[in-house]
Amino acid sequence: MVLTEVTGRRMKSHARWWLVFLLPMLPLVWLVDRALALDLGADPAQAIVQFTGIWTLRLLWITLAITPLRRIFHWGWLQRYRRMMGLYALFYAIVHLLAFATFILGWRPDLLLRELSERPYIIVGTLALLLLIPLGVTSTRGMQRRLGPKWAKLHRLVYLIALLAMLHFIWQIRSSFQEQLIYGLILAWLLGYRLWKRHRAPVRKPSRMA
Amino acid sequence: KLREGDRNAALSTSEAPAPYISVTTHNNFYEFGLGKQDPSRKAQKFRTDPWSVEIAGEVNKPGTYALEDLLGPHALEERIYRLRCVEAWSMVIPWMGFPLGDLLKRFEPTSRAKYVAFTTLHDPEQMPGQRGFFSTLDWPYIEGLRMDEAMHPLTLLAVGLYGNALPPQNGAPFRLVVPWKYGFKSIKSIVRIELTEEMPDTTWNLAAPNEYGFYANVNPTVDHPRWSQATERRLPSSLFSPNIIDTQPFNGYAEQVAHLYNGMDLRKWF
Repeated sequence: MVLTEVTGRRMKSHARWWLVFLLPMLPLVWLVDRALALDLGADPAQAIVQFTGIWTLRLLWITLAITPLRRIFHWGWLQRYRRMMGLYALFYAIVHLLAFATFILGWRPDLLLRELSERPYIIVGTLALLLLIPLGVTSTRGMQRRLGPKWAKLHRLVYLIALLAMLHFIWQIRSSFQEQLIYGLILAWLLGYRLWKRHRAPVRKPSRMA
Repeated sequence: KLREGDRNAALSTSEAPAPYISVTTHNNFYEFGLGKQDPSRKAQKFRTDPWSVEIAGEVNKPGTYALEDLLGPHALEERIYRLRCVEAWSMVIPWMGFPLGDLLKRFEPTSRAKYVAFTTLHDPEQMPGQRGFFSTLDWPYIEGLRMDEAMHPLTLLAVGLYGNALPPQNGAPFRLVVPWKYGFKSIKSIVRIELTEEMPDTTWNLAAPNEYGFYANVNPTVDHPRWSQATERRLPSSLFSPNIIDTQPFNGYAEQVAHLYNGMDLRKWF
């Protein structure tokens, strides 16, 4: 009886793993489907770049939300999906940049050079992606062990990356800032929660001693 | 279907027009939403009949006119124009319309008329984009031209597209088309035309004066502060041919209009 309970639990967690693994793939599947159906309007290039960009942001925010949600709701099981979500964010960011270079710039060297040297929001976005790559590369358990305490320090870069991604997004406001405001407020909470936790921890100790 | 109008070949480009579906589903008309496909989805119930237009300011015959009376006397012609958006995409569009100058003359501008100011309908009930709290644009949308620009034969009042009446997402019942300027100058769904002595305010200039000037002439050598204007993507594009072409001074109409700006520093008066 104990055995079947363990197997049952394992199967449930297996199913959950697959579900969480497949979910972030759906937006891309939808996008490819629409692109093949020629249903992305007169400017499919722009549509693809915008879509993959916003999903990069969403997955990055989801990655950052895992730790606070786990703590607040005591969802220990969430932790194992943090790396997966982070890697998905990296994946969508790479597709985003490749789509921009391919569909918008046609890999024309002069345009690539111009965009990467003169356009602040392109520079900031590219920088965010470049910084995300080492985090992806060192996300394995082996690397985590090998880097030891340096690993946590390195992965704090994700806060800077999120801020750069947010700036990249804000810099493209034409008239309405509604979306940017929503994403900005969520990010403020995600980062603010951490600051608050860090700030609270050292204060508690002396008060206890006193 | 509109009255038949002959193509004005002399003032039309020989480039191939974008398909009707592209022209009518890829629109910047923020009154109906920010997405390019929002206007085509949200403007279909837009009421353009009845429609009246106020002619005001420095004219001898000011007044409010029914659309039919306003447009009635004018023979329509087809003009195939390039349209260059400030966002660095472009399209070729076959408009039906007549020169704005012909209309203005009927109302007898006075000698004090130096500019023409235009206003789009303000109707938040019909235009969801005018209801939002988060827009940096003030409604109604306003635009303007200098008198000589307004009287230029290229400056068109369009009432149709591909031989049919303008669909709402393209600015029904009638709109301005100024082909050598960025698309945002070509104000849609006009309800008011005022001739003024002073340079009028314009919506995008009020929202971001460092990014959008009053003149807004297409100019590959003056970049938007956030992106380049040297090239444009001609739409519709397919994914593996981005259709990138060089942007031309005055959108290719330099021969006809460059003289209007003789002696002006186009970097300063962007």
